[in-house]
Amino acid sequence: MSAQTQPNPWSQRQEPENNNAEQLANALGWFSVGLGLAEIAAPGTIAELIGVRDDDRTRALLRIYGARELTAGIGILARPQSPGWVWSRVAGDLLDLSALGSAFNSSRTNRTKASIAAAAVLGVTALDVYCAKQLSQVSENGEIETRKSVRVKKAMVIGRSPDEVYRFWHDFSNLPSFMKHLESVEVTGDRQSHWKARGPAGRTVEWDAEIVEDQPNSITWRSIPGSDVDNSGSVRFERATGGRGTLVTVELAYAPPAGVAGAAVAKLFRAEPAQQVEDSLRALKQVLETGEIAKSDASIHRGMHPAQPCLKAAAKAATA
Amino acid sequence: MKANCWMGKHDVRVEQVPDPQILNQQDAIVKITSTAICGSDLHLYNGFVPTMESGDILGHEFMGEVVEIGREVKNLNIGDRVVVPFPIACGRCFSCQRELFSLCENSNPNAWMAEKLWGHSPAGLFGYSHLMGGYAGGQAEYARVPFADVGPIKVPEGLSDDQVLFLSDIFPTGYMGAEMCNIQSGDTIAIWGCGPVGQFAIKSAFLLGAERVIAIDRFGPRLKMAREKGRAETLNYEEVDVLETLKEMTGGRGPDACIDAVGLEAHTPSLVHAYDRAKQALMLETDRPIALRQAIMACRNGGTVSVIGVYGGFVDKFPMGSVMNRSLTIRTGQAHVQKYLRPLLERIQKGEIDPSFVITHHMRLDEAPEGFAIFLKKQDDCIKIVLKPH
Ligand SMILES: NC(=O)c1ccc[n+]([C@@H]2O[C@H](COP(=O)([O-])OP(=O)(O)OC[C@H]3O[C@@H](n4cnc5c(N)ncnc54)[C@H](O)[C@@H]3O)[C@@H](O)[C@H]2O)c1
Ligand SMILES: [Zn+2]
Ligand SMILES: [Zn+2]
Repeated sequence: MSAQTQPNPWSQRQEPENNNAEQLANALGWFSVGLGLAEIAAPGTIAELIGVRDDDRTRALLRIYGARELTAGIGILARPQSPGWVWSRVAGDLLDLSALGSAFNSSRTNRTKASIAAAAVLGVTALDVYCAKQLSQVSENGEIETRKSVRVKKAMVIGRSPDEVYRFWHDFSNLPSFMKHLESVEVTGDRQSHWKARGPAGRTVEWDAEIVEDQPNSITWRSIPGSDVDNSGSVRFERATGGRGTLVTVELAYAPPAGVAGAAVAKLFRAEPAQQVEDSLRALKQVLETGEIAKSDASIHRGMHPAQPCLKAAAKAATA
Repeated sequence: MKANCWMGKHDVRVEQVPDPQILNQQDAIVKITSTAICGSDLHLYNGFVPTMESGDILGHEFMGEVVEIGREVKNLNIGDRVVVPFPIACGRCFSCQRELFSLCENSNPNAWMAEKLWGHSPAGLFGYSHLMGGYAGGQAEYARVPFADVGPIKVPEGLSDDQVLFLSDIFPTGYMGAEMCNIQSGDTIAIWGCGPVGQFAIKSAFLLGAERVIAIDRFGPRLKMAREKGRAETLNYEEVDVLETLKEMTGGRGPDACIDAVGLEAHTPSLVHAYDRAKQALMLETDRPIALRQAIMACRNGGTVSVIGVYGGFVDKFPMGSVMNRSLTIRTGQAHVQKYLRPLLERIQKGEIDPSFVITHHMRLDEAPEGFAIFLKKQDDCIKIVLKPH
């Protein structure tokens, strides 16, 4: 049984909280479009409304802001679930605020109106920040739980010949050297292997896998039917253009079952599966190109740590 | 050991921290004999670079003696005296093979962070935020140096620390700034910023064949150094209209190339400054591209704008119309220091340049917090501070 395919697993979002964020994003999107159009079409009225001097310079400035609002608005409406565009609104808000701030210093400005406008923009900024945060949170933490299956595809160019990369990968016991979440892969037969992965709270998740296809330019494997962790993967090794080494393309699919094991597996991959595969490929590149994975004083620790050395024992534990 | 740690905005402290140790077998540990404070450190000090953490050791311009090496280190021995380049580079990847060392693909363990902000990740740097790798820096008694066979250059007998220390950053940076201008005979080069980087850009522009160099700043001692040590003509942007004056000086055509050696914290006395400053104050890592805008507007048709001043995020009112319609070339980058080490060391040995001319202050590592404060305000005619850890 291979992982089931879903039309777009990345946009499956069910939490109501998240819907709210999306609705808010939509509203902000329309607000942006509206304000943008108004600023472009009737800068004089807007200038009057917010209490800054209505002259050619102000009008030109407002038109520019309008164009920026419009872009942000259209961006948000096109992809309301993505925080990026909402952050661009935050940037835009700050621009408005600072322009209003400099308007304060000008004697030709009606201060009361300008401060009302500033307060209004501040309010919208707060909404924007809230909304962007909400959306970011959901995409950081929420996705996995609501997703039935996970499919990831990533590619990277590695400065070694396809044959070398193939041989390195083909020995599955090498995989943990660049896949951080794997504890070990033991080759148990011609095509069979036993995988152990680090689960949450010190738990180990294990499964057996078999190679289903093995060619000089690609390997495909999958878990033995009935495993706790239903997963499959394939990797292709193609000559990169201009003798630049090998284009390595990895595709992975997981279908975590229900229940405790399922939750454990979901947690395993919760830290952005796409990111995890990319990190693994980058590590593979480092191992093959330089013989080691670059470590920094901060990166050897789980979670945040200042960029300063730690005590010997801690470093040993962290780099083990 | 003692190290100068970033504790927050405008707060650096010399603290006791554990000694560095070998983490990769291609590492070396260097006992630091000289280390400097850079204009780039001010961007951290002023809180303009995201992903800093309280306790991060600062410093990326340092040199010293090798005291420990990993098993895989072949080119260095214990006791060697070396200068360490500020970008960390593997020497083997696509970028390194093209001598784009500050873009090494294999040296930033936090590449994913940089990818989120910039699309792709540059190399890891010493003491320069977690986005750039989370490497401890060199304002300390000791530092761990990854890929020790690739970066550090051995210093020949007879050259003092002060003469070679700046090979770690500002000399190659200024040189690259000038090199990117593709200088032809008869060229006039205008340089914004007469800090240490600007001073080296001035010298390098002449070394590379410029006929005239016009340097722009507002601090008297810096302009004086540019005139007396660099032989540049100088403009004080608080006294003259820079664009008008440059036009006059170049017969209306504009300088053939312009170098931005100022970066994201540029200053101007006009209202534009208040505008850009307010925007930054409101908590975005937005940059103040004042010098850059001016460099673009000043540059002659078909000329080159070379950007070595550091930018971190986004800029507003970028005059793209001027760039496009006037066929300007913009070149940029953190210096690919490793590429310049040998040729520039040779120039020092031949006596073509003595980089120690920029040093105005020697201090003990303990005095780093005071050093940052005076360098920030350019007090006491400060141009470049060298710290002594031992
Ligand atoms: N690309 C690299 O690899 C690299 C390496 C080192 C430093 N840098 C960057 O180079 C820049 C300069 O570094 P530094 O050590 O000389 O710093 P610095 O702070 O000593 O010098 C900056 C100078 O710019 C001047 N300045 C400010 N606004 C100006 C304006 N509008 N017009 C003209 N001059 C203006 C200041 O008065 C100051 O003298 C910084 O941004 C730093 O981060 C880049
Ligand atoms: Zn520097
Ligand atoms: Zn490299």
